[in-house]
Amino acid sequence: MADPNDPAALPIRDLDTRYDVVVVGGGNAALCAAIAATRSGASVVVIEQSDKFNRGGNTRHTRNLRCAHDEGNQILTGPYTEEEFWDDLLRVTGGRTDEELARFTIAKSKELWDWMNASGVRFQQPLGGTLGLGRTNAFFLGGGRAMLNGLYSVAEKLGVEIRYEATVVDLDIADGFFSSAVVETANDRYRVHARTLVTAAGGFESNIEWLKEYWGDRAENFLIRGTRNNRGTILRMLLDKGIEPVGDPTQCHAVAIDARSPKFDGGIVTRLDCIVFGIVLNKNCERFYDEGEDFWPKRYAIWGRLVADQPGQIAYIVFDDKSMGSFMPSVYPAIEAQTLPELATKLDLDPEAFTRTVTKFNDTVVDGTFNTDEHDDCRTEGLSPPKSHWARRIDTAPFYAYPVRPGITFTYLGTRVNKEARVMTTDGTPSANIFAAGEIMAGNVLGQGYLAGIGMTIGAVFGRVAGEEAARYARN
Amino acid sequence: MHATDALAEADRQITICNACRYCEGLCAVFPALEMQRSFTDGDLNYLANLCHNCGACYHDCQFAPPHEFAVNIPKILAEVRNDSYARYAWPRALAPAFARNGLFTAVLVALCVSVFLIGVIAVNAPGALFSAHTSPEGFYALMPHNMMVWLFGPAFVFALAALAMGMRNFWRDANAANAVNADSPSLRQAMRDAGSLRYLDGGGVGCFNDDDKPTDNRRLWHHLTFYGFLLCLAATSTGTVYHYAFGWEAPYDWWNLPQLLGTAGGIGLAIGACGLLAARRKRISALKDGRMAGMDVAFTLMLLLTAVTGLGLHILAMTPLMGPLLVVHLGVVFALFLTMPYGKFVHGLYRFMALCRYAVARRYGLRRPGSAAAPVAQSAATRG
Repeated sequence: MADPNDPAALPIRDLDTRYDVVVVGGGNAALCAAIAATRSGASVVVIEQSDKFNRGGNTRHTRNLRCAHDEGNQILTGPYTEEEFWDDLLRVTGGRTDEELARFTIAKSKELWDWMNASGVRFQQPLGGTLGLGRTNAFFLGGGRAMLNGLYSVAEKLGVEIRYEATVVDLDIADGFFSSAVVETANDRYRVHARTLVTAAGGFESNIEWLKEYWGDRAENFLIRGTRNNRGTILRMLLDKGIEPVGDPTQCHAVAIDARSPKFDGGIVTRLDCIVFGIVLNKNCERFYDEGEDFWPKRYAIWGRLVADQPGQIAYIVFDDKSMGSFMPSVYPAIEAQTLPELATKLDLDPEAFTRTVTKFNDTVVDGTFNTDEHDDCRTEGLSPPKSHWARRIDTAPFYAYPVRPGITFTYLGTRVNKEARVMTTDGTPSANIFAAGEIMAGNVLGQGYLAGIGMTIGAVFGRVAGEEAARYARN
Repeated sequence: MHATDALAEADRQITICNACRYCEGLCAVFPALEMQRSFTDGDLNYLANLCHNCGACYHDCQFAPPHEFAVNIPKILAEVRNDSYARYAWPRALAPAFARNGLFTAVLVALCVSVFLIGVIAVNAPGALFSAHTSPEGFYALMPHNMMVWLFGPAFVFALAALAMGMRNFWRDANAANAVNADSPSLRQAMRDAGSLRYLDGGGVGCFNDDDKPTDNRRLWHHLTFYGFLLCLAATSTGTVYHYAFGWEAPYDWWNLPQLLGTAGGIGLAIGACGLLAARRKRISALKDGRMAGMDVAFTLMLLLTAVTGLGLHILAMTPLMGPLLVVHLGVVFALFLTMPYGKFVHGLYRFMALCRYAVARRYGLRRPGSAAAPVAQSAATRG
C-alpha cells in the first residue's frame, strides 16, 4: 500500500501546458534567464525549490555585481575597462579560466547596468567599509534579497509562471536532448514538458555527504554560508546524463566564519575581519599560519582551508583591547575576559598552553609603527610561524576571542558550456536545448579563487544569454 | 543593561544590521547606526525615532523571520519609538497617559469640553446655542473672544511647555553617550528631510504597507495631513493678527485669508487623515507595534474630527446648527491640544530632532560628551 504522505509514491501526472522554457532554480541567473526568455517571446515556468521567503538561493546573500564600464556614472566612481577586469580575473584564477568565455562574460558585463535597471534592480553607493569596490562593483540597493524582489516583480509582470516549493527530481535527457522534467511538491508529482531547459540551480556546497567525498569527516564541521538548497542534485543529474564537467570538484570557496553561526544561511554577518589584528590558535593552543602575511582582502579566502586542516576544524582568533573596534563588527559578541587564563577557560582550552603561546608571541614582537594601510614593520622575530606585519603584543585587558570554523561560500565543479550557454556533452558537442547559468557553470570562468561580485556577473550574463538562446530555439 | 526588553531586542537586531549593512542606502537609520559599535538606550531611542517605518528593510532583509536571526527593524523600532514617547514625557507622572491615550480618552475629553462649553454658553447667553447664526457677531455671540482666549490659552501654553520639556529630555538622552552640536546648515538639512519625508520612500523604490510591493501612498497622505494642519494653524494665526493688529474681527467672508487658509487646510487634513487611517488598517502586522494601535488612531481621528467639524462650520455657518457644531469643534480642538503632549503628535517633534542629530552627525561625526571635537573612532576599512 502506497504511503499517502510520501509524494514519491504518487503517480506522475502530466502538466497540460507545454512551455517553451523551463528554468530550474530561482536565483539571479534563473530570473535573468526567465526575464530574457519572456522578453524574447517565450512562455516560461520557473521551478524554485524553496519557499517564497528563501527564494533565490545564494543570491539572497550577495550585495553587488562586477561590471566593466568605460566611464563612471552616478554610482560607479570611475572607468573599469574590459582589459583591467580581465587582468583581475587572470590574477585571482591563476589562469584557471576559459579565456574565450571569460572575455565574453566581461564584454557582456558592460550591458548589465542598463539591463538590470530595466529588470527591476536598483543600485546604490558602495557600502561602508567597501570603498575599494566603488569603482568596479555596482551595489544592490537593499542587498541581494531586494535585488531578487525586483527581478521577481518584473518577471511576474511579464507573465513568468513561478512555482515555489517545487523540486525537480528527474530530468528526461537522451543524447544531450531534454524533453521533460519531473517535479515533486509536498503533495503532488507532475511532469513538465518544455522545449528547452535552463539549469540555474547552483552548486553542491550544502550537500555535506558530497563534500565528504573530497574532505572526509572534516566536512561535518563545515558551516554553509548560503542556502541549504544547493545540494547539487541538478548538477549531479546533468553529469550523470552525459554532460561534460568543468572545474575542480575538490575545491570550494572557504573563509573562516564565527563558529557559533547557524549551519546554513548565516550570510555576510558571520564573517570576521580581525585576524590581522591578533593571532589564531587551534584547539591545542598552537599557532599555525602567519596572520599578518598580507592585507586582509588578499588573504581572507585562505583561512577557511587553513582552519579545515586543524583538529576539530576549529580555531580561535585572540586579540586585546587595543584592537577592539578596529574592524567590521559581526553578529556575535567576542568572548571577553580580564586575564588570558580566564579567556582560555571560557574557550574550553588549556589555560597553561594558551598563556604560553600568547606569551611566546608577545616576547618575539618587535616594536614598530602600527599601520594597517601598509605592510608595516610590526612583526615577530624568531617565531615560527611568524607574524610578518601588524604584530602587537596581546597585553591589554580585556582580552577577546572569536571561535571560527570553515564557512563554505560556493563550489567550483560545474557543467561545461559554450558562449550560447549551451551545456557541452562529453563527446564535445553542445546540447541543442539544455542551457546552464550561474554557479552551476561558474567554474568555466572562475576555475579558482574569487573576485568580489563576479558570481553575480557570470549569473546575469549567462542567465540572459541562456534565456535568449532558449527562446530562439523554442521559437524555431 | 537596557531598560526594557524591547530596547534589548533592538540592540540585538541592530548589531546584526551593523555587521551586514546591505540596507545602508535605504534611509538614515542604517548610516546612523554604523557610526557606533555599542548602543545605549538613548542611542536606540534616537534610531527608533529616525525610522519612518517605510518597511523597505523588512522586505529586503535576508535575515527577517522566519530566518533564525529574526530581524524586523521596522517592528522593533516602532515598539521602541512608542515606548520612548512615554519615557520623555513631562511631567513624568503623566507618562502612563500614552498607554491609555486611545480613541476613548480623546473622545471623552472632547465630549467633556463640549458639555462644559454648553454649560458656559447656557450661563453666558441663554438660548443662543441655536440662534447665534443670525447674530452679527457670529459665533462670538455664543462665547466672547476673550473667554475663548482664557479657556484655550492656558491649555495651549501648557501643551507647548510639556512638548518643549519632552524635546529637551529626548535630546539629552540621545546625546548622553555620543554628543553632537546642532548648527544651522544641519538644521536646514533636517527641515528639508522632514518637510519632504525624504526617508519615507524605501530609498527611492517606494514604501511598503499592505503587501510586499512598494505601492504605498503614506507619504502623500502624510503630506496632506501635515501641510493641511499647518494651513489650519496659519489660518488661526492670521485670524489672531487680524484681530489684535488690525481690529478686524471674525466672522470673515470666504475670500479672506483666514477663511481661505482654513478651508484649504481643512480639506487637506480631512483627506490626508482618512488616507492614513485606511493605510493603517491595511498595514501588514509584521510592520506594526501591535500594543499601541489606539494612540495612532486616536491622534489621526482627532485631526480628522477637527478638520470635519471646522469645515462643517464654514458650510453651516448660516444655519441653526452652527451653534452646536461650534461647541463640538471647540471641544475637539481643545481635546487635541490637551492630549498632544501625550499622544502620537510627539512623533513629529522627536523625528525632527532625530533628523537634526543625524544631519550633524553626518557632517561632523560623533564626539564624546564634554570633549571638544575628537570624533569617536570610525570603522577601519579593513575589507576590500
